[in-house]
Amino acid sequence: MLLNIKNLHVSINNKEIIKGLNLGINYGEVHAIMGPNGTGKSTLAAAISGKPGYEVTKGEIVYKGINILGMSPEEISWEGIFLGFQYPVEIPGVSITNFLRAALNEHREHQGLKPLTGSEFLSKLNEKKKLVEIQSKLTNRSVNEGFSGGEKKKNEIFQMAMLDPTLSILDETDSGLDIDALRIVANGVNTLRSEVNAFLLITHYQRLLDYIIPDFVHVLYDGKIVKSGGKELALFLEKKGYNWIKEELID
Amino acid sequence: MKAGKDKIIDEVTQNDYKYGFVTDIETETAKKGLTEETIRFISKKKNEPEFMLEYRLKAYKKWLSMKMPEWANLKIPEIEYQDIIFYAAPKKREDLDSLDEVDPELLNTFNKLGISLDEQKKLAGVAVDAVMDSVSVKTTFSDTLAKHGIIFCSFSEAVKNHPELIKKYMSSVVPSGDNYFAALNSAVFSDGSFCYIPKGVRCPIELSTYFRINAANTGQFERTLIIAEEGSYVSYMEGCTAPQRDENQLHAAIVEIVAHKDAEVKYSTVQNWYPGNKEGKGGIFNFVTKRGLCKGENSKISWTQVETGSAITWKYPSCILKGDNSNCEFYSVAVTNNFQQADTGSKMIHLGRNTKSTIISKGISAGKSNNSYRGLVKIAKKAENSRNFSQCDSLLMGDRCGANTFPYIEARNKSSIIEHEATTSKISEDQLFYCNQRGISTESAIGLIVNGYAKEVLKKLPMEFAVEAQKLLQVTLEGSVG
Repeated sequence: MLLNIKNLHVSINNKEIIKGLNLGINYGEVHAIMGPNGTGKSTLAAAISGKPGYEVTKGEIVYKGINILGMSPEEISWEGIFLGFQYPVEIPGVSITNFLRAALNEHREHQGLKPLTGSEFLSKLNEKKKLVEIQSKLTNRSVNEGFSGGEKKKNEIFQMAMLDPTLSILDETDSGLDIDALRIVANGVNTLRSEVNAFLLITHYQRLLDYIIPDFVHVLYDGKIVKSGGKELALFLEKKGYNWIKEELID
Repeated sequence: MKAGKDKIIDEVTQNDYKYGFVTDIETETAKKGLTEETIRFISKKKNEPEFMLEYRLKAYKKWLSMKMPEWANLKIPEIEYQDIIFYAAPKKREDLDSLDEVDPELLNTFNKLGISLDEQKKLAGVAVDAVMDSVSVKTTFSDTLAKHGIIFCSFSEAVKNHPELIKKYMSSVVPSGDNYFAALNSAVFSDGSFCYIPKGVRCPIELSTYFRINAANTGQFERTLIIAEEGSYVSYMEGCTAPQRDENQLHAAIVEIVAHKDAEVKYSTVQNWYPGNKEGKGGIFNFVTKRGLCKGENSKISWTQVETGSAITWKYPSCILKGDNSNCEFYSVAVTNNFQQADTGSKMIHLGRNTKSTIISKGISAGKSNNSYRGLVKIAKKAENSRNFSQCDSLLMGDRCGANTFPYIEARNKSSIIEHEATTSKISEDQLFYCNQRGISTESAIGLIVNGYAKEVLKKLPMEFAVEAQKLLQVTLEGSVG
């Protein structure tokens, strides 16, 4: 199993958000986590990627057989976990090219590889740009500065393609995208999807799942996974809404 | 979360100063303290003509009547002038003709600092004047430059060999009584660089001066004079370091630039004097008067500075825009960390018509430091259709440092336009986490973010300097974010 989360409890400022969550992801699988606002979806993503301030009070996150709790965010990244941000951060004055070169070379250093030469890096950059259909000049711009919502999200997928992670967590990557951008983002994921990696999609809407067909769909409610199923579960949720879950839980 | 933040700040601010070593070399010094006798001693040591001694004594009298300026946003401990040695020179033989005659220990020192005085090995295209304590050790490439009619030598040599130029231009931009520290410098200055670019000559290589304080308890008082005749061009760089010592050392310099019609002078500084230790002990007190005069029409001066060192920095590279259509730019990155204090900025005095000035100032404060921008833009009545654009940004790291902006604006006509923009920001935890999540470790991330922030200024530096400056920014701030 690639990722095995057991009885996870996560608090922010002493307030418990995740309350005993279990989730297993195998290589080659795409999982979708759905659920209403404020149920802990983004908290889960942050906790897996080691974001400071997210305190794991109980349970464990085992990734490639290692408990990654307590590792720094960059170590977790070097181990091959990528987080696509719901709100990508602007870094003025730092071009995407420089940013990615720094990132890629730190990954390589961790793997005991030499840094890429300028031309090796550029050819990789150009190859991956095609994947997300981003314009050439975008990579010369400062990271996310003045980007449209769609550009920001495409940039996340582009970075994912450059870093070639084993586990990608995409936190509401579909929010704020028009249909064209959504198609491009989904296309990126579908192209990268393989037997040696896995995806965890966090989303509100079933719309994204029309383009990226998940193997499993989970419903997160009040800090726990309360229901799991195949892709049909997403359709069912779309039709019935989340209240249905609440009612079922009360029963 | 709070604890983690403090830890990072502490780590960043705990970086060691790389240039803190001391060269063990025999030094000849003046007696401690400052009297008329000290000045006569210095002048005699340097075999100066009578006019220089008179100039010095006049400045000294002026200085005695002046008071230490207190308007800056700095806490300056009392400076005990009678405890300072005003002249210190590595002992050397008579005039040096070739490098073989330079003390190997001195060559070693400059090699360690990454400055090769061996012309065979030097950085391509840079001529260097190396100044240690009170004297110039060696100027490279003087001969090559002489073929173009360019004079590049130590200030002392210029006094001897080109007294007419010295008499004409020295103090023509910064009068000896301009301010307290300028008067002090004028009384006791020991050496520095002199540069003269004749009419129509484009200086083919970068000129640079490297200042090094070595001896203990001494002050360094150098002055630089650059004259660019009509239609000439020169790019000039200045670097400085000092050993790590527990007591503070005084540095009070003067730089004067004169740009004639259609001439252009680019002056770049990477200031890395010893900043003191993490508890704020020791470090250089850096009081510098830098001023350029755009004397002729269409002349241009640009100041670019990266200030990372010194316990206290008091420095306002300025420009008098006298010639019509003249232009001055000031680009600055000032970093303070630990207990460093900086009060720095620029003055732009517009006198000619259609004159234009630009001020881009980027302050970065970390640790418990205090960083102030102070600037004056003055547009005289006759300076019609003049323009100034100022942008003053401050970046704070952690919550124990301070940043201030003190802009002064005076406009005496209605046709001129002055724009001022200011921002204050912090490196956010979100930015750091974003970088970390991509596998960029915190220190590299700070380096990236800070260099991104300072990019507008760094790109103005000559290539040779830009790389050094980028590294320096990163090293100075290693570990310091919140």
